[in-house]
Amino acid sequence: MLVLLAVMALAYHGGRKRAITSAGGAGQISTLHSLPGYYGFYAALWAGIPALLLLGLWLGIQDAVVTGLVKSALPAQTLSGLSDGALGLLLNDVKNLASGSIVGGTVTPEIQAAADHFAQLQRLANWAMWLLVLAAASGGMVLAWGQTKPRMRARNRVESIVMGTMFLCSLIAVLTTLGIILSVLFESLQFFQKIHPADFFLGTLWSPQTAMRTDQVAAAGAFGAVPLFTGTLLISFIAMAVAVPIGLMAAIYLSEYAPRQVRSVAKPLLEILAGIPTVVYGFFAALTLAPVIRAIGESLGLEVASESALAAGLVMGVMIIPFVSSLSDDVINAVPQAMRDGSYALGATQSETIRRVVIPAALPGIVGGILLAVSRAIGETMIVVMAAGLSANLTANPLASVTTVTVQIVTLLTGDQEFDSAKTLAAFALGLTLFLVTLVLNVIALHIVRKYREQYE
Amino acid sequence: MQDQTQPTTPRRTIDIVNASLKKRYARERRFRFMGAAAVTLGLLFVATLFADIALKGYTAFEQTYIQVPVDFDPAIIDPEGTRDPRTLADADYLAVLKASLRKLFPDLTERSQLREVYALVSAGAPQQLQSMVLSHPNVIGTATDVWLIAGGDVDMLVKGNLDRRLPEADRGITDSSIALIDRLAEQGRVEKRFNTGFFTNGTSREPELAGIAGALAGTFYTLVLTLILSFPLGVGAAVYLQEFAPKNRWTDLIEVNINNLAAVPSIVFGLLGLAVFINFFGVPRSTPLVGALVLGLMTLPVIIIASRAALQSVPPSIREAALGVGASPLQTQFHHVLPLAMPGIMTGAIIGMARALGESAPLLMIGMIAFIVDVPKGFTDAATVLPVQIYLWADSPERGFVERTSAAILVLLGFLVLMNLAAVLLRRRFERRW
Repeated sequence: MLVLLAVMALAYHGGRKRAITSAGGAGQISTLHSLPGYYGFYAALWAGIPALLLLGLWLGIQDAVVTGLVKSALPAQTLSGLSDGALGLLLNDVKNLASGSIVGGTVTPEIQAAADHFAQLQRLANWAMWLLVLAAASGGMVLAWGQTKPRMRARNRVESIVMGTMFLCSLIAVLTTLGIILSVLFESLQFFQKIHPADFFLGTLWSPQTAMRTDQVAAAGAFGAVPLFTGTLLISFIAMAVAVPIGLMAAIYLSEYAPRQVRSVAKPLLEILAGIPTVVYGFFAALTLAPVIRAIGESLGLEVASESALAAGLVMGVMIIPFVSSLSDDVINAVPQAMRDGSYALGATQSETIRRVVIPAALPGIVGGILLAVSRAIGETMIVVMAAGLSANLTANPLASVTTVTVQIVTLLTGDQEFDSAKTLAAFALGLTLFLVTLVLNVIALHIVRKYREQYE
Repeated sequence: MQDQTQPTTPRRTIDIVNASLKKRYARERRFRFMGAAAVTLGLLFVATLFADIALKGYTAFEQTYIQVPVDFDPAIIDPEGTRDPRTLADADYLAVLKASLRKLFPDLTERSQLREVYALVSAGAPQQLQSMVLSHPNVIGTATDVWLIAGGDVDMLVKGNLDRRLPEADRGITDSSIALIDRLAEQGRVEKRFNTGFFTNGTSREPELAGIAGALAGTFYTLVLTLILSFPLGVGAAVYLQEFAPKNRWTDLIEVNINNLAAVPSIVFGLLGLAVFINFFGVPRSTPLVGALVLGLMTLPVIIIASRAALQSVPPSIREAALGVGASPLQTQFHHVLPLAMPGIMTGAIIGMARALGESAPLLMIGMIAFIVDVPKGFTDAATVLPVQIYLWADSPERGFVERTSAAILVLLGFLVLMNLAAVLLRRRFERRW
């Protein structure tokens, strides 16, 4: 890598120098089409980009080619009668042996020979790769140097490459979305081949503990996701019940009533709540709030689960307050002062103006902000992982323990599981559901907010 | 005299208004009070959260030590007298320790009593003795007073995190152990010191030995790589979209896309990392590399949005002037617009990195949750990051981990405050009104 950078630096330097000499010395630079540096960049790009592409391509196929060569070199009688899986294991042994780590099976001389062969090929391939990459780099460099003439439009060529790179950068965002959809969708489809979608979306029993052996009782596990959805909704509802009134009232107070100094201090302080990592909230909910709620509940004679939905929901609500308040603050400030003045002129008090004029005018924006907050609450993970339970109860009692979609994704995927078991695939199906729901909420919310903003501009 | 009860003429509007005024003003005051109460409540939450964590965590910056006169018995450590480092490293320091502790309490002989005595010091104490002997072999054969790390429960008791008045069964430490500690304390053999181990050790199953060095190193590698990945990509995308992209359906789609990505739940990025980077491209699990790939994709929209806002705030006259003296569009961007927009872009990048620093949910998916004792040394070593470490410790049942977790949170919050402060200062220092 460093060598490649060195070659590129050399190419830049050489390109620049050649451009100057081809122009007839430093005094004649004005006869060049572009500044000398651009000829240098041009050469450096020619040295770097093809070499990098080659490097990537080689790294992509090297393993497959080398493995294929080793496989074909294995003695025929070792290969006969091996299934594909066993062959894969054997090749894995060979690779492990070659890299000097522990091998599962016994080491026969053939495998040892194959491992030596593998290591040798790998070394060879590495050398060949570096030689080729260097050759490509120097080739590109010489080619670019050869083209260096005063009339060459080096700047335009360099700039079009830079433009192209920037365009690719902006494509990354689209590729990310595409990657999310494809990866989640692909695994979910596999899951829905094993479990019928109707069972998943309408079933009310969730117990993904698939048995180790297929002949055990309840070997299939149950994947009815309704308790997860209701649990998520319950906790989100509690959170919104905390966040919407407090956030909205705080936004109204700060934007309409508060003196300048109060506003300039209180607003950033409230926004601290948005910057605190969610794992901290989870810790607070699980170790401080949950015992308090439990103690209060018991003193009132109520039965409170130690991982109640209430604790998780309350803390999540606190987390969301700044979302609601700062988004509402923005839209309330965007309501034109003329509308307020009109209301005052008719004799309304300030609170009447706010309730009858400002809020209705800002309502679409506020609703958009609340929808964004809901999507945030549904997708929130760490608080519920730490403070909500694991048992999938179908209940609306905020004092009971419920589980959420995100909690189940985490628990299903952090264990040691085979990747294609129904259990891990279920996590992707849940992820797909989560992604789609939040996507719809976000699209609607962003659309409303955007439209609203244009209305008063 | 006017008759108030029987209005004779049709009432004038002003009377109706006057009659309702009292009620309306009361309502006004109530509304106003509710607003103030909401703000106060919000601020109260901030205060409670910080106070609770600070109160729980500050004790972790101190560690209890117990002074034990250790008899470095050559018969156990180095029976042949070779002073060969390998012999010294393999010697049975637990036996050395136990013998010394027995000498400290000669009156205790029963097995159950002795077990309590042994539990006074940490399970890491033998290693402490070992490293001492390895660095100074001449202590062998002498009896030296050594300050050993106290056991987790002892530590909690000395710091007062464990209530002595609790019934013995709920306490996790027996009355006789407390008596032993009190005896040691009377002899001046118990001391609290600044806990350097918390900053230099990797994690451990024993709370008194657990430190955040491993998590800090993992966080450092992950964040550096995240910045390297997301900053150039983000700025490149922002410049293209803001300055060059034609206004058409395609760029509209990209824009909607970016805004959406910023609001996608972080755990979905974890699923993406697991399915695409680990299972499809074969990036090694649990490493800062794969963590940075996921976090980089997550911070990308934040940086793009902030950079676009910063670019937008550079007035068009700058561009027109540069183009007017013959700069190419790209030269205009790179020589004039970008430098002027840089403070805003940097602020956005810092805020994006602060978000990445606090993120843990997607990292659980890609295996950065493993129990890793060693401090990672590179981008492809298995590692964990600070928020995930906090999550793991919060899940541990030992009482000692509560204060460790809180202390780790304090460290994390400290870094976040620093980053946000840097962002604010940057904005103040370079903010320009055009």
